[in-house]
Amino acid sequence: MYKYIIRRLLIFIPMLFVLTIFVFGLIQAAPGDPITGKNFDPNIDPEVFERQKEALGLNDPIHVQYWNWVTKVMQGDFGESYIFKGRDVSELIGERIGNTFYLGIFTLFITIIVSIPIGIYSAKKPYSILDYGATTFGFFGLAVPNFFFGLVAIYVFSIKLGWLPSQGSVSSPGLTGIELFLDKLQHLILPGLTLGLAGTASYMRFMRSEVLDVLASDYIRTARAKGMTNRNVLYKHTLRNAMIPIITLLGFEVGILLSGAVITEGVFQYPGIGTLFLSSIGNRDYPVIMAINLMLGFFILLGNLLADIFYSIVDPRIRYD
Amino acid sequence: MSEVKLLEVSGLKTYFHLENKAVAKAVDGVDFYIRPGETVALVGESGSGKSITSLSIMKLINKPGKIEDGRISFGGKDLVGLNDKQMTNVRGKEIGMIFQEPMTALNPVFTIGNQIIETLIRHKKMTKNEARLRAIELLKVVGFPRAEETMKEYPHQLSGGMRHRAMIAIAISCDPKLLIADEPTTALDVTIQAQILDLMDEMKKKFNMAVLLITHDLGVVAEYADRIMVMYGGQIVEETTIEKLFLTPKHPYTMGLLDSLPSLEKEVDRLGAIKGTVPPAHRFPIGCRFSDRCPKVMSKCRDMNPSIYETDAEESHRVRCYLYE
Ligand SMILES: Nc1ncnc2c1ncn2[C@@H]1O[C@H](COP(=O)(O)OP(=O)(O)OP(=O)(O)O)[C@@H](O)[C@H]1O
Ligand code: SF4
Ligand SMILES: [Mg+2]
Repeated sequence: MYKYIIRRLLIFIPMLFVLTIFVFGLIQAAPGDPITGKNFDPNIDPEVFERQKEALGLNDPIHVQYWNWVTKVMQGDFGESYIFKGRDVSELIGERIGNTFYLGIFTLFITIIVSIPIGIYSAKKPYSILDYGATTFGFFGLAVPNFFFGLVAIYVFSIKLGWLPSQGSVSSPGLTGIELFLDKLQHLILPGLTLGLAGTASYMRFMRSEVLDVLASDYIRTARAKGMTNRNVLYKHTLRNAMIPIITLLGFEVGILLSGAVITEGVFQYPGIGTLFLSSIGNRDYPVIMAINLMLGFFILLGNLLADIFYSIVDPRIRYD
Repeated sequence: MSEVKLLEVSGLKTYFHLENKAVAKAVDGVDFYIRPGETVALVGESGSGKSITSLSIMKLINKPGKIEDGRISFGGKDLVGLNDKQMTNVRGKEIGMIFQEPMTALNPVFTIGNQIIETLIRHKKMTKNEARLRAIELLKVVGFPRAEETMKEYPHQLSGGMRHRAMIAIAISCDPKLLIADEPTTALDVTIQAQILDLMDEMKKKFNMAVLLITHDLGVVAEYADRIMVMYGGQIVEETTIEKLFLTPKHPYTMGLLDSLPSLEKEVDRLGAIKGTVPPAHRFPIGCRFSDRCPKVMSKCRDMNPSIYETDAEESHRVRCYLYE
């Protein structure tokens, strides 16, 4: 197993390199540059823009630009923001990454504790009332777009009922300790539910069909023929097998959550990476965009890596390939 | 032979209620018994109801199937009346079962050791360590020389024959009085087949188990069984000792089965082979279920299904056919 994990880690490094090339290439392919949109002002001498471009290194050949960027990135230096003058990109990201991280963890947690038990129950009692209810919710969750659900949630729970805050990540800056924690949690509920809706729905359906498949398998019949109790058959023999594909999906979920967070954070004006990303795109703040793209890509790869590693732990058949 | 009966099945009916309202009568009025320590074979073509009969005894019939009627008396208890929880104390402990598919019958994510140990802990109230030692012993008995290492291995690391041995170890781990083997060797090649059957026979003698051996290989039957039951269309059509079945078969279906066996004297004369196929369990003919294929069919055969007739006063030889009315 260790051999497998080490091999997997070694593949991770070249994958990161490919990722940097992608991120860089994508930005190059996008039309315009940071100066675009500002050089229409007739009162400014075009020479000024030219000098600015020169200073930012935008006139260097592409491979030189790439190399300069990558070597800096490897040292943890993502450059300065074009828009927030004098501020490091890593500083800007650092201020907000915590919030996005909380949102992601909260969402993942909700997704897992809701979808997996319901999925199991639906499989245990297929075509029961709860199963039909879950199916209906599943279609709803997959069909309704994130942002729309978010807007409706704000309308109902913040504006009409006034139960939960509609935006931000804290109410007042002075809070500490448990109060701060509870306040932050309150701010997470609506964005978390919004972000987790589709995932919860699909995990629930997936878990249901996975458990049903496993319950029909020969080795479950063997376990029953050995006289194992229903509890044991379900929670030991079935679950361990049904979780294997779920774990792989959870790895992908890391990337899905992060990209989903961009829209959701926008809807709730939640001060995370997503809102920073949206404003940076509007401002053509290239260093920030590249850093966030790189980060998204990195977490997607990391999620897949973790999924592979977990997979090799729960499924003994993987270890000997 | 003693007349004490370990298992006595009477009037067993297991039906499947299909979606289009049709009813598949997979097992339709089956009677038989097994004495302690004897090997009884159940043979018949694919779809004749052998597996459903054995799964009914274990009460492992899943929806849409259901035991509709009958008694399954085992060691004095009627299993049909037991609830699922009570059945878990019979399964694996008093009746062991091994299945046809060695590739998929063991749980892929648990070690062989784990799968034997959990059975012992469940039924024998052993501690983990006692169970571990007993499991190693069992693996040695069924032919794993490096049993300690095998304990830590996963099913995919064993060959088909080896997995079968592991299954046998699990099935006999709690000293069951009856072992049900549903086509235990069909998936194996011939030499391994013989080894596994010999092993089962050895275990049977060592632990004084009765065996219900399900197979469609009459050669296997001749070698290992004491008595034989031939099944057709969800019913038993002939039941007797091995000697009588091979020397004086009575049911036209049994004769057909024997004729289709390759034999030394007859060279390759397969003309006796039965034409046609088993009718599906939701569309049996009205009369004798074999009437569409029977070379000796008479007019009354098509009107009503014959009952089973005792044709031998000394040792049972039952035949379900109007020729022996
Ligand atoms: N789940 C099910 N739903 C509907 N019909 C079923 C189901 N399981 C079995 N049957 C029917 O029951 C009949 C008997 O099946 P069974 O599996 O007992 O046959 P078998 O004698 O064991 O055959 P084989 O030699 O192929 O194992 C078949 O005609 C089959 O169509
Ligand atoms: S009852 Fe008639 S059809 Fe059926 S086996 Fe006997 S002779 Fe053939
Ligand atoms: Mg079968």
